[in-house]
Amino acid sequence: MSKELHSLGRLVAAGKLSRRDFLGRAAALGVAAPFATAILSQTAHAADEPVRGGTLKVAADGGESTNTLDPALTASLVPQLNSRAFGDTLFEVSATGEIQYRLATEMSSDETAKVWTAKIRQGVKFHDGSTMTADDVVATMQRHSGEDSKSGALGIMKGIESVTADGESVVFTMNEANADLPFLLSDYHLVIQPNGGLDNPAAGIGTGPYKLVSDEPGVRHVWERFDGDWDGANRGYADTIEIVVINDGTARLAALQSGQVHMISRVEPKVIDLVKRLPNVQVQNVAGRGHYVFIMHCDTAPFDNNDLRLALKYAIDREEMVEKILKGLGSVGNDMPINASYPLFSDEIEQRTYDPVKAAEHFKKSGHTGPVVLRVADGAFPGAVDAAQLFQASAKKCGIDLEIKREPNDGYWSEVWNKQPFCASYWGGRPVQDQMYTTAYLSSADWNDTRFLREDFDALIESARTELDDAKRKEIYKEAGLMVRDEGGLICPMFNEFVDATNSAVGGYVSDPNGALMNSYALSKCWVKA
Amino acid sequence: MGSGLWTLIIQRLLMGLGLLLAVSVLIFAGTQILPGDVAASILGQSATPEALANLRSDLGLDQPAWKRYFSWLGGLLQGDLGTALSNGKDISASLGKRLGNTLFLAFWAALMSVPLAILLGLLAVRYRGRWPDKLISGITLTSISLPEFFIGYLLIYFIAVKTQWLPSVSTVYEGMAFADRLKAIALPAITLTMVVLAHMMRMTRAAILNVMQSAYVETAELKGLSAFEVIRKHAFPNVIAPIVNVVMLNLAFLVVGVVVVEVIFVYPGMGQYLVDHVAKRDVPVVQACGLVFAGVYILLNMVADIVALLSNPRLRHPK
Repeated sequence: MSKELHSLGRLVAAGKLSRRDFLGRAAALGVAAPFATAILSQTAHAADEPVRGGTLKVAADGGESTNTLDPALTASLVPQLNSRAFGDTLFEVSATGEIQYRLATEMSSDETAKVWTAKIRQGVKFHDGSTMTADDVVATMQRHSGEDSKSGALGIMKGIESVTADGESVVFTMNEANADLPFLLSDYHLVIQPNGGLDNPAAGIGTGPYKLVSDEPGVRHVWERFDGDWDGANRGYADTIEIVVINDGTARLAALQSGQVHMISRVEPKVIDLVKRLPNVQVQNVAGRGHYVFIMHCDTAPFDNNDLRLALKYAIDREEMVEKILKGLGSVGNDMPINASYPLFSDEIEQRTYDPVKAAEHFKKSGHTGPVVLRVADGAFPGAVDAAQLFQASAKKCGIDLEIKREPNDGYWSEVWNKQPFCASYWGGRPVQDQMYTTAYLSSADWNDTRFLREDFDALIESARTELDDAKRKEIYKEAGLMVRDEGGLICPMFNEFVDATNSAVGGYVSDPNGALMNSYALSKCWVKA
Repeated sequence: MGSGLWTLIIQRLLMGLGLLLAVSVLIFAGTQILPGDVAASILGQSATPEALANLRSDLGLDQPAWKRYFSWLGGLLQGDLGTALSNGKDISASLGKRLGNTLFLAFWAALMSVPLAILLGLLAVRYRGRWPDKLISGITLTSISLPEFFIGYLLIYFIAVKTQWLPSVSTVYEGMAFADRLKAIALPAITLTMVVLAHMMRMTRAAILNVMQSAYVETAELKGLSAFEVIRKHAFPNVIAPIVNVVMLNLAFLVVGVVVVEVIFVYPGMGQYLVDHVAKRDVPVVQACGLVFAGVYILLNMVADIVALLSNPRLRHPK
């Protein structure tokens, strides 16, 4: 199927098929539009020949002077760009959602999907000249999973009982079966470092296309091409790459307009129409898995009452949010964390819409009186306060009195999110459904920010992990999605798009629904046109 | 210059040091009552309880506050500011670089704004009530009334984006050529100049006008000196103290109050550095920055004091 799509994509590139026709044909093949678009831009760009040399500059948000090069502590865009510049993971998830072998060349499991063996790529050099071995991989995994680990991947690693080296292979033994292990190991924290980074985690030494020149957290990071790159033929086109940290949206745009950088992250939706009119600037938007949410704790009064939760879910106008908060750069959510960008997504689940009558009915049935307090801060997601006010207005028409309590950005993630019973938040999404549910919806999940504590749901997700038949897995995930949608604490009004912008000097830019700036690979996969 | 003057100056210096120590206590206490803790802020939304607990004990946050204050003060006296909790970098080194950048920008902004403000002030007095006075006041008051981010964006739009004369991104880094550095900071320096100009200019004008009413200026005029000579020889020496005062206040602002300008022009100065670390609850860095800022304020005010003592003998003999 994907072969067929790619050949269709080439037809578009050659001008023999229109983009609209392509999407139509793709839909006929059962491919969701975001993936189809991704394939299209991939093949269309394949026509351009990469140019080597020059300096490629990006201005990105999400960088602070507190950043470190330790991939374990990566939590925002700039550190992610850095990690991708100097390091590799065992696997990557491609723009079309498939697993690509990077530092692993093969991956196989036993019949129970409990013991996995990854063959490690041979002859790969670290920037310090040493050769990467299976031991380095094992040490990396151990650093991220040790008792005293601060890694953001600790949650993933908890599912792994042991990691051992076996010659040129690494054996992962799981606590319980998981058919998605390669996806989990593609996590951006799990960058393979010499001796696992135990000696100096923030050295910025890895197997990636670029080695460190200058590291000034919160200001700029400069990297130059590593001549010994094992995959140098397919990436690392620019001689030097420069990541400039610009957190101010207007300043970022000005830097792109005045030609000081080649690409920028996160164009603000409110200026998108102006940006589209700029000469030499290309808006790059792609539907992703990230979503903006309002979350209720299912175990805390008054939200422990499902009727109240349903009342609030019916009382939000999703279309209005997409139109006014995202300026159309996104799609409506359906009160579950999954959308069509995920593999095994079932489109048979009915879309929930704004329904004042049902909302009023459920509200009455819940027996709740008085206002419902919703906590929100500007930093919860872009436009969060405005979204809360829209929510307040639409709820008012259903007879629900929503009281908005504004919190400061400072301390929001430590004092409000995952602590207060009803607040605004966002999720970046994960490559597969299992990972999303495991991260935030299992009873045992640390980030179960809706306090969705359901043994039957846990069992369902676990059964999907061991199920190797995709049709059956899809069925299971449909059931799980319905459960969260109808009984969970998540109000998901919208999925946002990643909106970057490039200028006309950039070649090789491809839409990637996995994350902003081509899932942070833009600097090594793009080039500066001569 | 008698020994009495030296005693006064040394007194001022000692008072400054005492003040700095008091400030250090305040800063330390202040950082203790910030809500949230470093560990949660470092890990952000991605924090798991295990990771939190591990990080917390790593950072020594389980020690009592007074113990941490004295070990901090001890390190401080030896010039050791410690390491940043969030990224493990040496604070003295990173802070030094940022402070250098801030002082560089402040220096050039001051070099433009102070002589310009005083000159404009003098001109305004010279043509008092006539169109040059009104024009100068009008322009400078407009520029101080506009918020600095607005001036910054206007400059970016016209000078960086439209005409591309100067860069909008003022990132400076080690090994950058001096001329490039100057070019990079041109826009923020102009913005800052426009922000501080009016205050100093108006103060100069007011102080000189005040003196101009006095009898000795009238005498000078009567003995036939030109208007500019009167200002330069008789009025100006008598108004140095108030002018230096307001100049020092504005210099202090150029060092400690420019975070908005830093953000807009992406200038790697102290302000942004401090704000980032406050957000991450990186207490040692916040304390170090606080202390440096306090030090700058105290030092500049002391200079203003001492200049006043030197220029006005009456102040040396308090009643």
